[in-house]
Amino acid sequence: MEDLKKILVEKVLLYESDVLPPETESILRQIRREKTTAPVIYISSGTSSIISGSEETWSAIKTYLDENSLKTDLVRVGCQGPANFEPLVCIQLPGKNRLFFRNITGEKVDLLLNGVFHSDINEDDLAGQQGTRGFEMWPGIPFIEELPFFAHQKRIVMNNCGCYDPENIDEYIARNGFRAFAKTIRHYTFEEVCDIVERSGLRGRGGGGYLTGLKWKQALNTGSLSRYLVCNAKESDPGAFTDRTLLESDPFRLIEGIAIASYAIGTSNAIIFFRKGSEHALERIRKAIGKAREYGVLGNNIFSSGYSLDISVRREPGAFVCGEETALINTLEGKRGMPRLKPPYPTTSGLFGKPTVINNVETLMNVPVIMLNGPEWFRATGTESSPGTKVFAIAGKGRMSGVVEVEMGTSARTILEDIADGIKEGREFRAIQLGGVSGSFLTSENLDLEIDYETLREKGIGMGAGGFVIIDENTCMVDLVRHYMEFMRNENCGKCIPCREGTGRMLEILESIIRKPENEESGTTLERFKGVMQLDSIASVMKDTSLCGLGQNAPNPFMSALGNFREEFEEHIFDRKCRANVCRGLRTFSIDVEKCTGCTACASKCPVNAIYGTRLQPFFIVEEKCTGCGICYDICKFTAITVK
Amino acid sequence: MMRMSINYDTIFKKYKQGRREDLIPLLQDIQDVSGYLSEETIIRAGAFTGLSTTRIYGLATFYDQFRFIPAGRIHIRVCNGTSCFLNGSQAVMNKIKEITGLNPGETARDGIFSYEIETCMGGCNHAPLVRINNKYYSHIKPDHLPELIKKLRFIIEND
Repeated sequence: MEDLKKILVEKVLLYESDVLPPETESILRQIRREKTTAPVIYISSGTSSIISGSEETWSAIKTYLDENSLKTDLVRVGCQGPANFEPLVCIQLPGKNRLFFRNITGEKVDLLLNGVFHSDINEDDLAGQQGTRGFEMWPGIPFIEELPFFAHQKRIVMNNCGCYDPENIDEYIARNGFRAFAKTIRHYTFEEVCDIVERSGLRGRGGGGYLTGLKWKQALNTGSLSRYLVCNAKESDPGAFTDRTLLESDPFRLIEGIAIASYAIGTSNAIIFFRKGSEHALERIRKAIGKAREYGVLGNNIFSSGYSLDISVRREPGAFVCGEETALINTLEGKRGMPRLKPPYPTTSGLFGKPTVINNVETLMNVPVIMLNGPEWFRATGTESSPGTKVFAIAGKGRMSGVVEVEMGTSARTILEDIADGIKEGREFRAIQLGGVSGSFLTSENLDLEIDYETLREKGIGMGAGGFVIIDENTCMVDLVRHYMEFMRNENCGKCIPCREGTGRMLEILESIIRKPENEESGTTLERFKGVMQLDSIASVMKDTSLCGLGQNAPNPFMSALGNFREEFEEHIFDRKCRANVCRGLRTFSIDVEKCTGCTACASKCPVNAIYGTRLQPFFIVEEKCTGCGICYDICKFTAITVK
Repeated sequence: MMRMSINYDTIFKKYKQGRREDLIPLLQDIQDVSGYLSEETIIRAGAFTGLSTTRIYGLATFYDQFRFIPAGRIHIRVCNGTSCFLNGSQAVMNKIKEITGLNPGETARDGIFSYEIETCMGGCNHAPLVRINNKYYSHIKPDHLPELIKKLRFIIEND
């Protein structure tokens, strides 16, 4: 074990040339499991897999192997991306391509393994084979790379995800890991690293799209003696889980990215600011940092270069606003997470008044490949203004969901129709929500837009941090906007008035739009109309005067929905109708006299006693009393109840 | 249930006295061990960091993570992320409220249930998602809940 560590550090990381001698290469091949005598079984083990039951699969496979006393390697790997395939099991027989099996729950294990070890593969669970050079192909089995989900992706950041054991540093080094860092630290000065990253055109993936190299330079050029690097792994947007998946699947790559970035700004203090509730990823990153220290990649005088670095991990205590960089700094200082006025920007005065660079997980994970392959190589992918790729978390009503990485400049239509395979159950598409609670909607007119910072900005759409939520016709846009506004009302910090009062007032008005039309003749109608007229102006005041990005962007979903789905808002306001039948207050139920058998099921369950009738005779609903809860609709066995 | 007295000394030893930036990790560690922040621990944290208790309460109430009453033995967390919302988390929340009689953030008097809403657990393809005592339940329908909760309650009460 000690020997292997020595070989990996001295003969791989510190080896002068990029091309390794054949004997080292052969050791690395063994570590990468490209030369095996026994079968290898890989089980995905991200949070998404665990929710689907991958741990049960793991123990079932272990039991099977023990019972049959088979000599097989069992490896937990990260997430490949397609969440619908979880728990995903890959089996690699010696010298043959890896086979991917989807949805292998505990009870399917015996059947699967019996099949594989007796060359009678069950085609139902088979997703495909992964082509690897030098391996024998399985005839008649499709390649996983050709599935629409993978075919339209380009994997730069995710190319290690799901391929290796995220707790094993040897495997990471064998996959070219930490070589960029070793090269950087020995051959480049601080300025040169900033320069290379700036020339590569890498832009902050957290949503802002600021040039990363430039940000580093600003921090480096301050006269301060100490600086800080903070990796913002807070991603708290509901519907986004890209950073967490990346962290769980490839924690060492993040460490390498942080190490290079810290070197570039000349700091020895790096902090990872972690999201609450992803204990699994937290455990992984802690283990990874421990391993990196053990191998001398972190610590004092790294590789005898005179440069020292330590990474500490801090957990977020649960506040959405902490994702904002100045609020994050306040939290790290042990204060309430309230944003500060900018400027001064964190790059001049951040944590404890020192220059601080705050980068997103995905941004930092791009850095090692840039240092390894050079800025020109990176510029070759993506578009002119936004090189590289973007990782998205597809969620919502698409047929496929999961984490995908596409080249910048791919159209949203490709992601929706090819990668996500359209909408579930063939329903009508309505919108895509980009960038979480403060993002905007992409409608069918905008689907052909290229995903690129500039193109989207021209249309007034923010790229966001990676949320890609697909919305179908069964969703009421007004209700969705209300949900976002409620979230914002609960999560704003309360420091500045436009945001604190604005979100509350906007929520009130939106609620009045979807509330039940009680006493329509009294003042409530007037109130509602007055409120609706104010919505626009509240939104613009919030945009102009709020202190931080949270308040400035809080009206975005509303503005975007109003622009794209005006008729739906008008229907709610004037006709008091919800076309998706989601808004409870606006639903009215009636009983079809032809179909009703008078079984009394609905009348007995109605919580407000709004259903009257005589047994075995058709019943009827008193509209004034009905609250629109829909219990009767669900309970009726004869589909006699209709919604208006 | 008798709560075991917990020795907080080891937690406090991990940190240097009087540093404000250690306050949040300190409170998080205390909560990890005891499940909530009791009055004594807050007073002690105040003496340790040199801050008044009101300031610590002011900080701890700002963040959702900290609780001041112990969680119930069946701790229910419902995800209210966009994906769960689109797939019907509202109905699940209504049902939980109906069964337990609790509002989000509350613990029942008998200490059996507590109920919380989380912004996003990141299991968006399993929506709606419910997490009960660290076990995830995916694609939950309101109809599944009564039986599930009854089963869990039975296990707890016979434990």
